[in-house]
Amino acid sequence: MTRGIKKMTTEVMDAHDMHDDHSPAKGIKRWLFSTSHKDIGTMYLVLSLIMFFVGGAMAMIIRSELAIPGLQFVHPEFFNQMTTMHALIMVFGAVMPAFVGLANWMIPLMIGAPDMALPRMNNWSFWILPVAFGLLASTLFMPGGAPAGGWTMYPPLVLQTGDAFPFLIFSVHLLGLSSIMGAINIIVTVINMRAPDMSLLKMPMFVWTWLITAYLLIAVMPVFAGAVTMLLTDQFFGTSFFLAAGGGDPVMFQHIFWFFGHPEVYIMILPAFGVVSEIIPTFSRKPLFGHDSMVYAASCIAFLSFIVWAHHMFTVGMPLTSQLFFMFATMLIAVPTGVKIFNWVATMWRGSMTFETPMLFSLAFVFLFTIGGFSGLMLAIAPADIQYQDTYFVVAHFHYTLVPGSVFAIMAGTYYWLPKWTGHMYNETLGKVHFWTSTFFVNLTFFPMHFLGLAGMPRRIPDYSTQFADFNTMASVGAIGFGVSQLLFVWVLLTSKKGTKVTAEVWDKPPGLEWTVPSPAPYHTFETPPKLSDADGFH
Amino acid sequence: MTTTTENHNADERYYIPQGSHWPVVGSVGLFFLMLGVSTWLNGADSGFYIMLTGFAIIVFMLTGWFSTVIGESIGGLYNDQVDKSFRQGMFWFIFSEVMFFAAFFGALFYARNMSVPWLGGASNNFFTNLLLWEGYESTWPSNGPGNVGGEYEAMAPLGLPLVNTVLLLSSSITITIAHHALIAGKRAQLTAFLAATFILGFTFVYFQGVEYMEAYAHLNLKLTSGIYGSTFFMLTGFHGMHVTIGAIMLTVIWFRVLKGHFSADKHFAFEAVAWYWHFVDVVWVGLYVFVYWM
Amino acid sequence: MIRNLLLGFSVLALADTAEADWALNMPKGVTELSLETYNLHMMVFWWCVAIGVAVFTVMIISLFRHRKSKGAQAATFSHSTTAEVIWTTIPVVILVLMAVPTAETMVRMEDSRNPDMTIVVTAHQWKWHYKYQDSNIEYYSSLARSSVEARRKGTDIDPYSVENYLLDVDNPVVVPSGAKIRLLFTSNDVIHAWWVKDLSIKKDAIPGIVNEAWFKTEQVGTYRGQCAELCGKDHGYMPIVVEVVEPEAYQAWVNSHDAGH
Ligand code: HEA
Ligand code: HEA
Ligand code: CUA
Ligand SMILES: [Cu+2]
Repeated sequence: MTRGIKKMTTEVMDAHDMHDDHSPAKGIKRWLFSTSHKDIGTMYLVLSLIMFFVGGAMAMIIRSELAIPGLQFVHPEFFNQMTTMHALIMVFGAVMPAFVGLANWMIPLMIGAPDMALPRMNNWSFWILPVAFGLLASTLFMPGGAPAGGWTMYPPLVLQTGDAFPFLIFSVHLLGLSSIMGAINIIVTVINMRAPDMSLLKMPMFVWTWLITAYLLIAVMPVFAGAVTMLLTDQFFGTSFFLAAGGGDPVMFQHIFWFFGHPEVYIMILPAFGVVSEIIPTFSRKPLFGHDSMVYAASCIAFLSFIVWAHHMFTVGMPLTSQLFFMFATMLIAVPTGVKIFNWVATMWRGSMTFETPMLFSLAFVFLFTIGGFSGLMLAIAPADIQYQDTYFVVAHFHYTLVPGSVFAIMAGTYYWLPKWTGHMYNETLGKVHFWTSTFFVNLTFFPMHFLGLAGMPRRIPDYSTQFADFNTMASVGAIGFGVSQLLFVWVLLTSKKGTKVTAEVWDKPPGLEWTVPSPAPYHTFETPPKLSDADGFH
Repeated sequence: MTTTTENHNADERYYIPQGSHWPVVGSVGLFFLMLGVSTWLNGADSGFYIMLTGFAIIVFMLTGWFSTVIGESIGGLYNDQVDKSFRQGMFWFIFSEVMFFAAFFGALFYARNMSVPWLGGASNNFFTNLLLWEGYESTWPSNGPGNVGGEYEAMAPLGLPLVNTVLLLSSSITITIAHHALIAGKRAQLTAFLAATFILGFTFVYFQGVEYMEAYAHLNLKLTSGIYGSTFFMLTGFHGMHVTIGAIMLTVIWFRVLKGHFSADKHFAFEAVAWYWHFVDVVWVGLYVFVYWM
Repeated sequence: MIRNLLLGFSVLALADTAEADWALNMPKGVTELSLETYNLHMMVFWWCVAIGVAVFTVMIISLFRHRKSKGAQAATFSHSTTAEVIWTTIPVVILVLMAVPTAETMVRMEDSRNPDMTIVVTAHQWKWHYKYQDSNIEYYSSLARSSVEARRKGTDIDPYSVENYLLDVDNPVVVPSGAKIRLLFTSNDVIHAWWVKDLSIKKDAIPGIVNEAWFKTEQVGTYRGQCAELCGKDHGYMPIVVEVVEPEAYQAWVNSHDAGH
């Protein structure tokens, strides 16, 4: 045994020496065995883009079916499968991995670290995802089809899922495992790997919002795992968690789910706030207004997110006092979120603005996320929510926060940092076209949904009464337009290496350490801790 | 957590580990494990063997990954910063486990304070009781108005559970003594108390097995005994699983102590396992109070 | 941006001229509480519009005035405690103004005491069962025949040719006007939700649990709704129709039912 270790040690030492030549491993091994935050970040981003298209294709099926009244293309069961899978894939496959990818790429560069703190675990976090999505996607081909109970998986309906059921549960477990490990890595990196003179309050906003997000993830993903575990045992081992006859309660699942689910939506928006907070100062040529209060606001949002979950449950028959509590707590979130919006506006105020693609996406983010936030506030008004609940008004609300919210922020971040990754400027004209078509169509898709919801169209239905036809057609046209616009995005990405070479700074004096390393960022950066200087935006 | 990096020397080079195939092996293992369990639950016998294969791959991965890390650690590759990263990583991992248990404790509180009383007509559920469960009076423990799983007896807090509490609490003391012995360089004391710790741990698991058999054989208390049976067995069961894992880790650490892997100032693995053990212990205290006692 | 605004306006303009189908807003409904709900909805909406106009105006001004191409020089300020205190306090005040009337409405909604009659609604996949507690009437209510045929995939029937496509049932709920009607909801299988927007009622029907809601309206008429909680493949096909009739007509309906049994 001792000898074994000795031998291995020497091997490792050799390997370690090898690592000093600054080149990545060759071929597929580079990706499979990677410990480089840049490679792993790239893999996350690519996976997320693929999943965005898969989830988007499902959305296209949904929108095609809903384009006109009557059933044209799919059966109701399959429609429900599409709704469920669309949401699961978009949330866990597109948005979350995209932010983890950005975190992987940028956090070490932004805090002056050579890599993530736990690089091998980082690799594992990523490589669990294809397994999870493989298992989840395989259910499409199973007897009984994919899960069709909605992404919220409420029992008893979800217990009617066919063979897909255990696959759904276990893929959720794996997604949770991956997220938890990813979050641990980010926390440890941020706390332990910062350049020595970067105090916590000097950290860039993107790092801050991700740190807070990581805490949220560690706190709620295990709870989600617990909830689906209870579903599993209720289904296969005769427990009574969600069975009233046995003293449980189907509604209990909803409490546990939303204890996870509400923080989850902030998990999808806080990093977006971070991205936008990086971009707006750069293109306003002015420091971020109220950096510290942004930090406190984000912390406040995170804290409040734990005590508002039952605003998703105003129709389940909760006692009045609980309803009142959850309503007030929910409304409070408007305050710290407002602080963020106002601070961005104040950052732009008396700036010297230019409108490159990342800035355009960030501006649309501020506009359209605010609209999504407003409809959120309307939903928080319990008596009104009783009318909105489970209608397209809710669908409109969360797509405004998620698509021109989270997704636009991801795109903004991608355009902003892409030259840093590739060393070349992407095609700015096409980028702008992508922006304008996306913005136009995203509104055409999701704005009419407000009207549909108010007029009484329930969500999760494959067919509807003829009075809802016109707005549905508009939404479907918009959705296809939005989908096609995204092909342009891929084109810009694929051709990005053809653009002109960029300097280390890329933009006009952007703040932050990531702009002090060459573009493209070399395989190894910051092998020794960097010193911060005022010129990098640290005051 | 500390927020500054003061004891980290700015001239020191950062340490980055080499690439490794273990993560991917782990993913392959997870794939087979999950695929196996799922197909098995769906009624295919072959699933069981796929599951075992996956499990074996994961055990292989864990052994391989850990020996690589142990090798590197002994080879002196890790600086203080790496040590700190490991510590913080372990801390947050344990926190995530705490939250996992919180979900089940939450279910227990919800059942006791909400759903069971509601089924008995409390709060705004007068009609729930009147129309659906007439005559049901809420009590705890309860297997619900449907008397799911049939008549049963609840687990008494005295007897084995009390013994188990004493066992686990003393094991927390023994591991602390072992830790102090390690720092003080008293090897004999260290090995003895560490051994005592995992023996106590395994004894706990054994007694829990006895308790479960008792429950099934004599009390008619089963996983299927309504919400009481569900929360009882899921909470104690997951806890027992964690004790088992913890005790195995303690055993591994014990062998590493015999090999002389730890020094007074460098023994992260030992501490990580100790933390884990304390966590398992604290959860048990919660269990003992809320599941057995109250 | 501009294009979208234009589009938004044109939609609004269209909505005014085109007939019924471009419903843009929540209906006022026919009960006191539905009107209160509508008012709350409008109140929050206008607050949001006001705040939105304020925020977006400032933003658009900076977009146009403080652009580099116009030679704008960037200022260097990066915080102002006064400003931040102001824009934290004002929203809090606005929220309090919203919360108070809302809480009052909620209290009234929960008060289902002393009803004139009670109906037990039991949800099934995918139909409703109604049982009148006071008179021994009970029956199932499911999607009307006309829609059942037209809803099939690939059918030749044009949904537009079906009256109240997907919103009609075989046996509607019949209730008298002017009476306080208590509904008790439960389910036989999975969770459903009974929703009639004109009555401002949406309540989950949960297996093993009974939920309450109530309404009272003077307005005679037919009010339609749908199941509002995903309940499986035919979730979209379990509508609700409530007919509010004069008390005499209601009595006649009850009598005819008794005769039928
Ligand atoms: C990124 C995702 C995201 C974000 C950020 C939010 C943000 C908010 N959400 Fe949303 N929400 C979802 C994603 C998100 N939501 C999803 C996915 C669902 C549905 C899940 C499902 O059922 O499938 C949902 C559903 C949902 C519901 C349940 C609806 C129902 O099913 O009946 C409610 C109810 O309260 C709600 C409220 C809010 C509120 C109050 C906010 C607030 O955080 C918004 C705060 C922002 C603002 C208010 C705008 C800016 C503020 C100012 C300019 C300051 C001044 C303003 C005022 C004083 C008004 N959301
Ligand atoms: C991050 C999350 C996220 C994102 C990005 C999206 C993106 C989109 N969503 Fe999604 N959605 C959810 C999260 C998300 N959604 C959730 C949580 C639900 C609730 C589920 C539930 O009820 O359980 C939901 C439900 C939902 C519904 C309601 C379904 C129902 O109630 O039955 C609809 C309906 O229109 C919809 C539409 C869309 C559209 C058109 C997009 C578009 O933005 C997608 C655009 C992307 C593409 C189109 C892909 C790119 C292009 C191609 C694939 C090329 C080919 C394209 C063409 C040939 C046109 N979504
Ligand atoms: Cu019944 Cu939906
Ligand atoms: Cu929420």
